[in-house]
Amino acid sequence: MKIAVCVKQVPDATVHKRLDPGTNRLDRSGEGALNATDVNAVEEALRLKEASGGEVVVVSLGPEKAMDSLRKALAMGADRAVLVSDDAAAGSDLVATSRALAKALEREEADLVLFGQQSSDGDGAVLWAAVSDRLRRPMVSQVAELTVDGDAVTGKRQTEFGYDVIAAPLPAVVAVSDAINEPRYPSLKGIMGAKSKPQEVISLSDLGVDPGEVGEAGSRTTVRAVAPPPAKSDQVKIEDDGSGAEKIVDYLAEKRLI
Amino acid sequence: MSTLVFLETHDGEPTKGGLGVLSKAAALGAGEVSAAVLGTGVRDAAAKAGAHGATKVFVVEDDALAPPLPQPRVDALEAVVAESGAENILFAASVLGADIASGLAARLDAGLNWDLTDLRVDGGELVGTRPALGDTVLVEVGWTSTPRIGLVRSGTFDPVESGGTAEVHDVSARFQDFSTQARLVDHLQEESSGPSIEDADVIVAGGRGLGGPEGFSMCEELAAALGGAVAATRAVVDAGWYPYSAQVGQTGKTVSPKLYIALGISGAIQHKVGMQGSGTIVAINKDPNAPIFDFADLGVVGDLAQIAPKLTELLRARQ
Amino acid sequence: MKGVRPADYPPPFSDAEAIGPATDAPDERIDVGILIVGGGPGGLACAVRLGQLLEEHPDLREQLGDVPVAVLEKGKQPGSHLLSGAVMNPRAIRKLFAGRLAIEDMPTYGEVEHEAVYLLTKGSALRIPPPPTMMNRGNWVVSVSELGRFLAEQAEAGGAMILPETAGQKLLVDHGRVAGVRTGDKGRGKDGEPLPNFEPGVDVAARITVLAEGTAGHLTTAAIDHFGLHGRNPQIWALGVKEVWKVPRPLHRIVHTMGWPLRKRARYGEFGGSWIYPMGSEYVSIGFVVGLEYADVELSAHDLLQEFKTHRLVRKILAGGERVAWGAKTITEGGLHSMPSKLNAPGLLLVGEGAGLVNVPRLKGVHYAIESGRLAAETAFAALQRGEVAGRSGALDPYDEALRSSYVWKDLTEVRNMRQAFDKGFYMGGALASAMTVTKGKLPPKDFETHPNAETPLLRTGRATSYPAPDGSYTFDKLSSVFASGNRTRDDQPSHIRVETSVPREVAEMWHWMCPAQVYEVGEENGDGTVQVLVNPSNCVQCGAISAKGGRLTPPEGGSGPEYTVT
Repeated sequence: MKIAVCVKQVPDATVHKRLDPGTNRLDRSGEGALNATDVNAVEEALRLKEASGGEVVVVSLGPEKAMDSLRKALAMGADRAVLVSDDAAAGSDLVATSRALAKALEREEADLVLFGQQSSDGDGAVLWAAVSDRLRRPMVSQVAELTVDGDAVTGKRQTEFGYDVIAAPLPAVVAVSDAINEPRYPSLKGIMGAKSKPQEVISLSDLGVDPGEVGEAGSRTTVRAVAPPPAKSDQVKIEDDGSGAEKIVDYLAEKRLI
Repeated sequence: MSTLVFLETHDGEPTKGGLGVLSKAAALGAGEVSAAVLGTGVRDAAAKAGAHGATKVFVVEDDALAPPLPQPRVDALEAVVAESGAENILFAASVLGADIASGLAARLDAGLNWDLTDLRVDGGELVGTRPALGDTVLVEVGWTSTPRIGLVRSGTFDPVESGGTAEVHDVSARFQDFSTQARLVDHLQEESSGPSIEDADVIVAGGRGLGGPEGFSMCEELAAALGGAVAATRAVVDAGWYPYSAQVGQTGKTVSPKLYIALGISGAIQHKVGMQGSGTIVAINKDPNAPIFDFADLGVVGDLAQIAPKLTELLRARQ
Repeated sequence: MKGVRPADYPPPFSDAEAIGPATDAPDERIDVGILIVGGGPGGLACAVRLGQLLEEHPDLREQLGDVPVAVLEKGKQPGSHLLSGAVMNPRAIRKLFAGRLAIEDMPTYGEVEHEAVYLLTKGSALRIPPPPTMMNRGNWVVSVSELGRFLAEQAEAGGAMILPETAGQKLLVDHGRVAGVRTGDKGRGKDGEPLPNFEPGVDVAARITVLAEGTAGHLTTAAIDHFGLHGRNPQIWALGVKEVWKVPRPLHRIVHTMGWPLRKRARYGEFGGSWIYPMGSEYVSIGFVVGLEYADVELSAHDLLQEFKTHRLVRKILAGGERVAWGAKTITEGGLHSMPSKLNAPGLLLVGEGAGLVNVPRLKGVHYAIESGRLAAETAFAALQRGEVAGRSGALDPYDEALRSSYVWKDLTEVRNMRQAFDKGFYMGGALASAMTVTKGKLPPKDFETHPNAETPLLRTGRATSYPAPDGSYTFDKLSSVFASGNRTRDDQPSHIRVETSVPREVAEMWHWMCPAQVYEVGEENGDGTVQVLVNPSNCVQCGAISAKGGRLTPPEGGSGPEYTVT
C-alpha cells in the first residue's frame, strides 16, 4: 500500500513567531519544525506500513529549506520525500495551496493520503477537505483511530456529538487528530539514514501548474491589516468582602454564561 | 450583496452556531440573507431560519445527506449557491462545517477565511476579523473575488430572534460519485463523565493556591455545577496533585473555552499561553499582585477556599 | 558564626553514571570515525577542519566508514544552547577558513570601533580608560548562537553529520581508553518509566572522541575525574545573564562596566561586571556577569541584570526599546591553573571552554574554542593518518604540544592570576591586575590559589530588597524570561538535576536566588533544621550554575532546554 502524508513546515514555536510587517503574513524565516499533528499523521502512516507493508512518502509545499523538516519524517521511517518548491507559490492561500498539493498527490497515485488535522500556524487550515475535492476521493476527517482492511479504510471520527465510525473505499483521504497516536522519536540510526533516502524537489512546471494559479496571484483571500488585539476594556477587579461568590454569579449571569 | 448561511442540523434541529451566524448576517443589513438546510427530515428547521433573519431557506433533502458527512453537502451547497446566486457563504465552525466550507472553496475556486471572530461590510466589501499567533494579534482579512466563503469561530455570535418567516425553496442536487463513497457504519456516544478540556465550554482550573491535591475536589464540584471540565497548571501536575492529561499551558494543552475560571493560579506566561484565547476569564487568588489579574476579565482577590464552595452552592441553587 | 557551605551537602551523583563500558551488542551500536560531543564553536571548528583535511585525503575518509565525522548536540539545533556577549577575536576563525571564506561572509555585527569602560555607583558612571586587557579594536561583535548555526552548516557541507536533540549521556571507556559515547534515552516518564514511544540511547563507537561540551560539561567533568586530569587549582565559574533588545537609537560603541550593583568588599566575593554591545544598528546585547564564589544567600544574577538596567547609563540606551531574547549561562573562570593538567587521554581530546580555555580579563573564549577545535582536528587527523591506534597512551599528546606552543597558551599564561586577584576585593584586585598587565604576567611571583565556588560560607545581608520589582516591559521576572528563552522542555521526563534535597535553609534559599530560571524553591521544614528543596526541572536553561554551587547538572532528554537564536 502506498501512503502519502501531506506535511507542513511551520516556524518553530519560539517567541519570535511574528507577522512580517512587509507582507502581513507569517514570518517564516528562521528554523522550522514539522507541524505537530503532521507528526501524528506520519506516525500513523508508519504503523500502517509496519502492519501491512508498502511505502510512505511525505509531500509538502514550501521553500527549499522545508526539506529539513521532511528529513525528520524520513528519520522517523518514511521512505521518500517530495517537496514542491517554487517562488511563485509563496503566499498561497487555501485555494492555491490545495491546487498545487492536489497535483503533487495525483503524481504520487497513493492509495491513502493522510493529513494532520491542525496546523499550528494557521489554526484550522482545513486543507484536506479542499484537496479531497480536487482529487475526487472520499474523505474522513477528525480521525482518532484508523484501520485499513484490504481495500477499505475505517476511521473513528470524533465530533461534537460523539464518535461516528466511517468506512470508505481506497483510494481515500484521511485527516487524523492528535489523539490518534503518540509519535515515535526518530532513532539515531534513523536520523543518520535519512540523508540518503530519496528527496525530490519539484517545481510548479514539473506539475503542470501555472504560476498564476498559485501564490498571491492564485489566491482568493487577502490580509488587509494586522493589529494588536484591543486591550480588554472592561476588566473588573474586586476584593472579596464576603460577597465575592454572589458577585461572580451576577457577573456570569450578566454575560449570559450561566 | 447576498449572503447564504449554512445551517447545520443535528437530529433535525439547527445548531446554535449556525443560528448565531445567521443572526449576524441579518444584522449586517447588506442585502438578502438566506439559509441552506441539508439532510433528511429537515424542513422544520426552515421555520427557525426565518425567525433568525433569513428571508429564503433553500432545502435539499436527499438520502445521500442522511449521514453527517461533509462531501455530499458540498455537492448540495454547490447547487444551492448556483440557485441563490449568493456572494457570501457563511459557516459556523464545527467539525462538519469546517470540512464543508473547505471542500466548497475548492469546488467553487472561492476564497475561504476561517476562524473569524467578526464580520463587517466596508464599501460594499465583506471584511472579516480573525485572531492569529495564539490570539496575540488581530488580522483583518478580505476576499479578492466572489463568492466569499467565511468560517466563523465557534460561539462568536449568539442567535437573535427577529421574528420573520422565510420562503422555502426546494433544490435538487447532483451528487458526485466520490461524494457518497464514505458511509456511516456506526455511531458511538461518549461514555465519559464530562467534556474533555479541549471540547469543554467551561473550564475550572486549579493551581498552587489550592494548597494541596484535596483542593481539586473544590474544582471538580464547581466544574460539575457548570457542566465543565477541570484543568491544572504545570506546577501542580509536577507536584502530583492532578493528572498530566489536565495540564493547560505552553507544554500542556491549549484551550479556548467560553468561560475559564482560574482558582489559585498566579498566571505566569507559561500558563497564559495555553488559555489566553478563552472567552471570559475569571480569576480568584489571594495575591493582589498575581499576574493573572492583568488579563482576567473578572478578578477576585480573596480566599478561594471560601469563595469557590459558595459559588458552587449558588450555582446549584439556580438550576 | 561560621556560615553554612553548600559544598557540605553534595548531590547524589557518581561519576559511574557518566563513564562506563559499552553495553550495546555490536550490531546495535553505531560506528563513526571521529565523534565530537558539543555543537558549539569548538566542536564545530573541529568538524569543519576535519572535513577540510578528509577532503584532501579521500582514502583516509573511506577508512573512517560511512560517518567519518559526527557531532552530537543536545539542543534542538546547533545554537540553541549557545550564549555569550560576544566580542570575538577573528584570528581563529580566519585561520579556520583561510583561503575559503572571509569574515565578511560570516554572520557578524561588525567590527568594534569605539569602546568605553565605566565604573558605576548607583547614581553615577565614571568613565575610566579601558584596562590594557580590554582593548577591542579589530574584534567583531557576534551572536555565538548565530555563529553556531553558521559553523554547523559549514561542517555539514564539509561532510560532518550533525545530530541535534542528542545528548551525550555516558563516556564509553574500555580498558583505559575512550571508545565513544552513549547517547541519552528519550521517552521516559517522570519516574524513569519507559513511555509508549520510549527510544533507548545508543552506543556510538568512535576511534577518537572530542569533548567540546562548553561550560560545566557532563562528560568532561567525569572524564577529568576518571583520568586524573585535575589542574592545580579547582575550577571556578561565573554566571552571566543576558538579554537582547531592539532599540530605537543605535549604539555606536561597546560598553563594559564594573562596580555597582556589585559590592566591593572582599567578604562578599562579588566579582563581575556587565557588557553592552551593539548588534548592528537595531539591536543591543546586554549582560551581567557575577563570579559564583559570592557569599550572599540572596544574590541573583538575573535580578542584578534587572537592577543594572535601572542605571541611567543603561536607560539611555534601552529606553523605548523592547526585549527580544533572554538567556543565561556560566563561564569557566579558573584560567590556566584550573585547566586540566592534560587535555588528552587515550582516545580523547578536550577542546574549548570545557578544557578551561577562557581569558577572563579579556572576556574572550570563542576564538580559543575555535583554535583548539582546529588543533584537535589536526592532531586527530595526523594520528589516524599515521595508522595510530588512538587508544595508545600518548598518541594524542601532539594536541597538548600544539596548544602549548600556540597564542592560546601564551595569553592564558599572561593573565593566569588576574581573576584570582579579585578574591582580595575590588581595589586590591584592581591594583594587582594592573601590576600583572604591566609586567605581562611576570608579577606576582607566586601563583594564587582558588577555592571551589561551593565552599564559600554563606551570609545574609538582605540584598534582595534592592532588586527592582519586575514591570513586565523594562524589567522582567524569571518565569517570563524562561519563556523568552524559547524553553519548552517536555515535562513528563525524569529530573536531570542532582541536588541534595534536604539542606539548611540558607543553602536552599541560595539556590533559589542563584538560579536564573527559578528551578529551585524552598519547601517545607524537615524539623531537624533542614528544609526540603523543590525542583522544577523543566524550567532549566542548563546554565550550569548548580554544578558550581553544590549540585550537579546532567543532560536532560535531547532537545530540551532553551532555543536561543540571537544570543
